[in-house]
Amino acid sequence: MSDETVQARNIPDRLDSPVRAAIFSWPSLLLLVAVVIFIINSFASPYFLNPWSISDATFNFTEKAIIALAMALLIISGEIDLSVAAIIALCSTMMGLALQFGVDTPGLVAIGLLTGLVCGAFNGGLVAGLGLPSIVVTIGTMSFFRGLSFIVLGDQAFKGYPQSFAFFGQGYVWWVVSFEFTLFLVLAVIFYIVLHRTSFGRRVYAIGNNPVAARFSGVRVQRIKFILFCLTGLMSGVAAILLTSRLASTRPSIAFGWELEVVTMVVLGGVAILGGAGSIPGVVLAAIIMGLVTFGLGLLNVPGIVMSIFIGALLIGVIALPVLLGRLRTRLSKN
Amino acid sequence: MTRLLKSREFWLAVGIALIIALTSIRSSGFGTPGNIAGIFNNTSILIILALGQMVVIITRSIDLSMASNLALSGMIVALVNAAYPEIPVPLLMGLAIFCGLLMGAFNGLMVWKVGIPAIVVTLGTLTIYRGIIFLIAGGQWVNADQMSADFVAYTRINVLGLPLLSWYAIVIIAAFFVVMTRTTIGRAFYAVGVNPTAAIYTGIDVGRTTFIAFCISGMAAGLSGYLWVSRYVIGSVEVASGYELNIVAACVIGGVSIAGGIGTVASAVLGALFLGVINSALPVINISPFWQMAISGAAIILAVILNARQGRRKGRIILKDVEAAQ
Repeated sequence: MSDETVQARNIPDRLDSPVRAAIFSWPSLLLLVAVVIFIINSFASPYFLNPWSISDATFNFTEKAIIALAMALLIISGEIDLSVAAIIALCSTMMGLALQFGVDTPGLVAIGLLTGLVCGAFNGGLVAGLGLPSIVVTIGTMSFFRGLSFIVLGDQAFKGYPQSFAFFGQGYVWWVVSFEFTLFLVLAVIFYIVLHRTSFGRRVYAIGNNPVAARFSGVRVQRIKFILFCLTGLMSGVAAILLTSRLASTRPSIAFGWELEVVTMVVLGGVAILGGAGSIPGVVLAAIIMGLVTFGLGLLNVPGIVMSIFIGALLIGVIALPVLLGRLRTRLSKN
Repeated sequence: MTRLLKSREFWLAVGIALIIALTSIRSSGFGTPGNIAGIFNNTSILIILALGQMVVIITRSIDLSMASNLALSGMIVALVNAAYPEIPVPLLMGLAIFCGLLMGAFNGLMVWKVGIPAIVVTLGTLTIYRGIIFLIAGGQWVNADQMSADFVAYTRINVLGLPLLSWYAIVIIAAFFVVMTRTTIGRAFYAVGVNPTAAIYTGIDVGRTTFIAFCISGMAAGLSGYLWVSRYVIGSVEVASGYELNIVAACVIGGVSIAGGIGTVASAVLGALFLGVINSALPVINISPFWQMAISGAAIILAVILNARQGRRKGRIILKDVEAAQ
């Protein structure tokens, strides 16, 4: 409301050179943070600089990061999906249920993906079809989807997944490179191309910046939002397959609270929570940073709940810091 | 009369009465005044929390940190009580409210002064506040035997046929009613929610009003912290884990619009009671408690769909949205 907002809306006479812009961009800042954390980690624990340790470190963020890729697109378009963790639970439950009827690995994968897609389409239908606010809808479906798996499972668990199913969450493609991590990298490249190199991606940004203007320029706003919800559901299905395979069991409380970590990842990656801005490289780096932080703290025997303080502080800090620094700079330049 | 028939609160009240009546057919004890008072008592904490959340949602924000705030405030007073049992309980309640206020004020300051969206701030503080519990308590629980008799009794003492817990809820409901309908700040909350631009032009400080809303939700969470620990006689990291969504759900079911500006004290109270009645009715009609989550999820979705239908006939916004330009 003060003059600094007015300044921020001034259009500069000359744009920064692309090199300068790239150096001072959000992803490069994140890269710097990632490198610093990597170095701190390797000094803090003698066990960190070991290919197998680092490979292990990837496991605790790849599943969330895969959802974060799709969630980034969704948030850029101005919507949010808080039901992703519940979708994981429901997908995992459906796979477990199918297992009881003797379905084998390919069938399990298909059921996992299909359940995710259906859940995503359900969210998308309510948000894009009926024009409801996504935050409330997905808070509702979050209880609903997880509630369904509680109805199926109660206090029981599904176990006994086939040996071939274990590959997704436990297998290695080459040496220390896990299947999970490879899949994440491949998906990251695909999402990068979709968001940054296709007209579909431009439309996602257009919707996030101004849905009305996007509609008037011929963008099918509701249809694209629907597709994005389906995509997020599908990626949750993928994450469900990986997680279920890694844990080799299904409980209704599986992936509890993940939605917040996924959103944290996306926001940390520089995606504007109000939509319209963000990039895939940022999200990938944010995922790696969160993985490194939690793994590094884990090596130092810091309990998980204390790690969550770091993650929460990281979330608020990375957004507050540029604002506060910018304010300090304008104050200094004034004097 | 037609206004009454069109109001959401009326139909929600009818719905609640219907659930009670239908459940009473199955089990005659369910509809007795004593049992209904019991349901109200069980829902008291949710009512207080939903009222705090309502104020924040009306000003177009959301407070996802309430359950963590509750747990941390509750843990602080539980620890103080365990260490100094001689401190009178009303003082501890004051302390709980003060702790909640501090946490709410932190959220509010981040939203007001730093300009971070409320959902991001409270998502962050949700994990931070809960993490701090672990730090201050060293991962320990505070158990019933560590709490003083007064500490536990102050939600249970029977006054005029109702436990004190219910009376707290009644007093808070009355206080919120007065603030929301009879004070300038109450009008300001609605003004900010309905149209922030117009609110600025009428001389309302939008940021400050949002800040106050967060302080109120913080105090509600702080008080609930004491009430929760006293009622369930346990202080731990896990207290009210995941409860933040129940609070939002109560508001949404009651008809508080997530877009801001719409919602009354009655709507938040009835939304909370609706969840409370369903939760009490399920075991009576022999439905496994595992159904609870799916049913409240379905109730939220249904409520949002109904809300949207009602909100269709909205006036046009003539002034440009300053908030969007910022």
